[in-house]
Amino acid sequence: MNAALLIISGTILVSTLVGVYAGRRVKMNLENWTVGGRQFGVVLIWLLMAGEIYTTFTFLGASGWAYSKGAPTYYILIYGTLAYTLSFFILPELWKLGKRHGLHTQPDFFIKIYRSRALGVLVAVIGIVSILPYLQLQLAGLGFIVEVASNGAVGSKLAIGISFILTCVFVYTSGIRGSAWVSVIKDIMMIAAVAIVGLGVPRIYFGGIGKMFKAIIAQKPEHLVFPGAAPSMDVLWIMSTVLLTGLGFYMWPHVFGSAFSAKSEKVIKRNAIIMPFYQIPILLVFMVGFTAFLVLPGLKNGDTAFLALVQKTYPSWFLGFIGAAGAVTAMVPASILVLFAAALLAKNVYQTGFNPEAGEDRIMRLSRAMVLVVMTAALALALFFPNALVNLLLIGYDGVSQFFPGVVLGLFWKRVSRAGVVCGLVAGIALVIFLVFGGHDPFLGLNAGFVALAVNAVITVGVSLLAKS
Amino acid sequence: MRKGTRFALLLGAVPFLMLVFALPFVNRAEPVILGFPFVLFWILLWVALTPLVLFLAYKIEKKFNPPDDEEKR
Repeated sequence: MNAALLIISGTILVSTLVGVYAGRRVKMNLENWTVGGRQFGVVLIWLLMAGEIYTTFTFLGASGWAYSKGAPTYYILIYGTLAYTLSFFILPELWKLGKRHGLHTQPDFFIKIYRSRALGVLVAVIGIVSILPYLQLQLAGLGFIVEVASNGAVGSKLAIGISFILTCVFVYTSGIRGSAWVSVIKDIMMIAAVAIVGLGVPRIYFGGIGKMFKAIIAQKPEHLVFPGAAPSMDVLWIMSTVLLTGLGFYMWPHVFGSAFSAKSEKVIKRNAIIMPFYQIPILLVFMVGFTAFLVLPGLKNGDTAFLALVQKTYPSWFLGFIGAAGAVTAMVPASILVLFAAALLAKNVYQTGFNPEAGEDRIMRLSRAMVLVVMTAALALALFFPNALVNLLLIGYDGVSQFFPGVVLGLFWKRVSRAGVVCGLVAGIALVIFLVFGGHDPFLGLNAGFVALAVNAVITVGVSLLAKS
Repeated sequence: MRKGTRFALLLGAVPFLMLVFALPFVNRAEPVILGFPFVLFWILLWVALTPLVLFLAYKIEKKFNPPDDEEKR
C-alpha cells in the first residue's frame, strides 16, 4: 500500500467516524435529523453552508475554467458574494417563518405560504430532479480525484462505491449534524491544500503571483479579461449569469433547508457577513489553473489541470493528500444532497402527496429508508450509466432558480397569489427546457436561465395582480 | 418599511452595482494592481468590501429598528 492510498483511505474512514459520532448524543427525530434541532450557532452554520458551496467543482472546475476559458472563471467569485448579500436580507425572514411553523424543507415553505399541497409536490419534484445530477457530479469528481491521486491503485468506481456508501452511513445515523461536523475536516484539508498549491505553483514556476500574471499578459492578455477563450461568455453573459446564479444559490433545496438549522436570525445575519471571506480559497484555485495555462499547455480536458500540475510539481504522497481533501470535499456536499433528496421524497412526495395524516415518526423512518433508495439509485447511475443525467445537469441551476420569485414575493409581498406563482414557475421551467435543449443558450447574449427567470417574475407579478383572490 | 431596513437595502445594493453593473467599465487587464489584472483586482476588492458593507447594514438596522419580540426573548 503506498503512502497516497493510506492518506486517502485514512481520511475517508476518519470522516465517516466523525460523521457517525456527531449524531450519537441526540435523540434522532425529524427535527434533529433535517435541521439539527434548529440549534446551530455561527460556526456550525458557516461550516455547513461552506460545506455545500465548496464542492469538487471548486477544485477541478474553477481551476479548469481558469485554464481553458480564462476570465469567465471569475464569475464564481462574484455570484457567491451576491448570494451572501441576498441571504442577509432573505434568510432571516425565512428562518423566522420556519421556526414559527416548524418547517423542515423548501416545499414545506411553499405549502405554508401558498396553502397548496399540489404546489408542494411540484416544488419537491423539481428539487429532486435538480439534486440528482448534482449528486452525480460530486461522485464523478470524487472517483476521478481518487483514481488520479492514488496513481491508479484505486479505480474510480471502487472509490465512488466505498466512499459514497460510507457517506450514506453517516447521513443515515446523524442527519445534518454529520454533514456539519465532517465539514470541519473537509474545510481544514481543503484550505490547506489550495493554500499550499495556489501560493506554491506560481512561486515555483514564476517567482510569485504577480510575475505569473505578468507572463500571461505578455503572452495572451485577452485570457485575463472577459470573454477570455470562450467567445459566448462575454460581459453580458457574465452579468446575467452571476445574477441568475446569485439569486438561485439559496433556492437549492439543500441550501434553503440548511437555513432552518440556525439557532437564531442573528446567527444567519452574522453568517452572511462573514461568508464572502470564504471566497479567498477560490482565488487560490484560480492561480493553479492560470499557472497550468502557461506551464502545461494543450491538456485535452481543462478539469484535469489542477491534478496534472500537482502531479508534475509535488511528491506523490502530497498528491495523496490532495486526493484525500478532494474526496471529503465531495463527500460533504454529497451527504447533504442525499439527506435532502430523501427528506423531500418522504416528507413532500409521500406525506404531502399521498398521506397527509402520516405521523412524524413514520416520516422519519421513511426518510432514512429513502437514504438507502437514493443511495442505490445514485450509485447505479454513477457506476453503470455515468452519462444518463448530463443533460439534466445543464438545467439544474436554471431550474431551481425559478423558485426565486415564489420565495421572495411570498416573504415580502402580501398580494402574491398561488395562481401567480404556479403560472410563473411552470412558464419559467418550460422556457428553460425550450431554450437550453433547443440550443438557444445563450439567448441574445444572455444566460437562458436568466431570461426564463425574468419571464417567470413578470408572470408571477402580473397574474397575482390580475387575479385578485 | 422601517427606516433601518431601507438604509440596509440601499447598502445591500452596493455589491450588485459594483460586481454586476460596473463590469462593462472595468473589463481590462491593465493597469496591474497588486499583481492582479485590473478586472480581477476590481472583483476581489468588492468581494473583500462586501463583509464591511453588510456589517454596516447590520449596525444600521440595529440602531434604527427597535428589536422585535423574537430578539427580546
